[in-house]
Amino acid sequence: MAVASEQDGLAGLTEEEPRAHGALRRLLGRVLSVIVSVVLTVFGLLVVTFFIGRVVPVDPLLAVVGDRAPEHVRVQAAVELGLDLPLWRQFLRYLSEILQGDFGNSVLSGQPVLTDIARFFPATLELATVATLIGVCLGVPLGVLAATRHGRWQDQVIRVVALAGYSVPVFWLGLVGLLVFYAELGWVAGPGRIDVVYEYSIEPVTGLMLVDTLLAGDHAAFLDAFWHLILPASVLGYLSLAYITRMTRSLMLAELGQEYVIAARVKGLPERLVIWRHVLGNIMVPLITTVALSYAYLLEGAVLTETVFAWPGLGLYITQSLFSADLTAVLGATIVIGLVFIGLNLLSDLLYTLVDPRAR
Amino acid sequence: MSTPLLEVRGLRVAFPGQEGLREVVRGISFTVGCEKVGIVGESGSGKSMTARAILDLIPPPGRVSADRLTFAGQDLTRLKPGERTRLRGRRIAMVLQDPRHALNPVMTIGAQLAETFRLHHRLSRGEARRRSIEALDAVHIRDPERVVRLYPHEISGGMGQRAMIAMMLAPGPELLLADEPTSALDATVEAGILETLDELVTARGMGLVLVSHDLDLVAAFCDRVLVFYAGRIVEELPARDLAQARHPYTQGLLACVPRLGERRRELPVLRRDPSWAAS
Repeated sequence: MAVASEQDGLAGLTEEEPRAHGALRRLLGRVLSVIVSVVLTVFGLLVVTFFIGRVVPVDPLLAVVGDRAPEHVRVQAAVELGLDLPLWRQFLRYLSEILQGDFGNSVLSGQPVLTDIARFFPATLELATVATLIGVCLGVPLGVLAATRHGRWQDQVIRVVALAGYSVPVFWLGLVGLLVFYAELGWVAGPGRIDVVYEYSIEPVTGLMLVDTLLAGDHAAFLDAFWHLILPASVLGYLSLAYITRMTRSLMLAELGQEYVIAARVKGLPERLVIWRHVLGNIMVPLITTVALSYAYLLEGAVLTETVFAWPGLGLYITQSLFSADLTAVLGATIVIGLVFIGLNLLSDLLYTLVDPRAR
Repeated sequence: MSTPLLEVRGLRVAFPGQEGLREVVRGISFTVGCEKVGIVGESGSGKSMTARAILDLIPPPGRVSADRLTFAGQDLTRLKPGERTRLRGRRIAMVLQDPRHALNPVMTIGAQLAETFRLHHRLSRGEARRRSIEALDAVHIRDPERVVRLYPHEISGGMGQRAMIAMMLAPGPELLLADEPTSALDATVEAGILETLDELVTARGMGLVLVSHDLDLVAAFCDRVLVFYAGRIVEELPARDLAQARHPYTQGLLACVPRLGERRRELPVLRRDPSWAAS
């Protein structure tokens, strides 16, 4: 009888005790390194936004006191805003304010920027989430189909569909969508998040219209919100679908030639299981990055789409603030977007360790 | 021997290239019974393609044709794709070259084994797990209860290949194709793996086709040897007579085998004659 020789043995440790100990230490090390990297990234984000705020040729006093204020009023306002201090003191002050959750007041609305963002962001969140769901639920199967029918007509059709999503300007798509599905066919509701009839009867709990109408138990309002959401979400979903389909297709194609795919077929697994269990399991990590990136991109607030659909989201808020030189609001929103990016990156890092044992 | 396990007549595999179809396997014929048949030849001589063609695993746009391709009296060329898939694993299996690539990196060894058991024997989860542990034990893996929980990157190459053999033998196939099963492994591990393979194949009365470029190994391990050259079989002979091979190509291959304790400056140049592959 043959016995596995020494070289043939286990590469790792053989005893359970040190193994568990090592795993705990590795986990702690990972958590620590994640915390350090997040803190550093956030710090970098604050440095960049602060200096952008100082570099742009916009006089911050102009928006506060107007262009006809006498000199002593300007000086007093500058002292109040801390603009007379050296740059590094200004930065420290900015830093401590941000850390206390004080993003400053919007000149335009007179409200704290965070309050404004809390009002505008849920609209973007709702739109981006539904769009990403559409993008993932259709994009991944389409990408898989294109890869498994590589070079055949299904592949060609899907490639054209994805290419169109890449190249057609989104505002044009939105306008045509409104023209066809709202104005002509009347299948969907028009611009805005909900009809005026419901607008003030729904209490904003989460700010997500679909959730709030459900919480209020108002089915008619829910349906109305849904029909308002579906068109802009589909337009953005198409954009996300185009990206996800292309990525899924090329990731699948790279993986399909691997030996383990042949091994799975040799075992007699039906092609369905070979593709969805074996191959898809192996492209999960890059696929998660793809989806997270596309989601983050939509969460920035799709300015053009939000303008076309009069969607009161973050993109619209930033554009309006920019037009009125409201830098506090713009920078505040930039920081929020930056934090969303960092958060999503962190989330996809955590998901990696779940789907790929080699990342543990 | 009445009907051979596998009968191949005029098997051809071709891939479309820039100058029309390019044949990589050019009309080969052989039979395999419940015995150990070795296939030797250089890289690109069509060894692996032959094994894959038998399993219907030539990737598109490759084309396979055969005058006759039967397994246990069943005409494989007439089977529907679904029936061909069901035949795979259950009756004909294949051990691939490198376990580092041939095992799915994101599934545990246990999950990959259990999947095979569940597919072919319709077992419950617990039962499939128990059988997986038994199967690992049968290929002489120590501490199988632990190994089923490990991922391919956590075990050595030799262990991976043992797990691969266990996985491929799980459904109880009658014929096993082994495509260079040890060439990615250390020489010290190789002997152990082959011994295990031999033990299981003999015990189950299976047929084995061993694809290799190692002449010594094939001579020692197999009953019969087929020598491939440029997509054709140039010589077929009993393994123990390999040293007395008559074909100049086989003699050339033998002359290149390094011997222990031998001193030589350079390897002889292998003679290649297009006419050998012609007729």
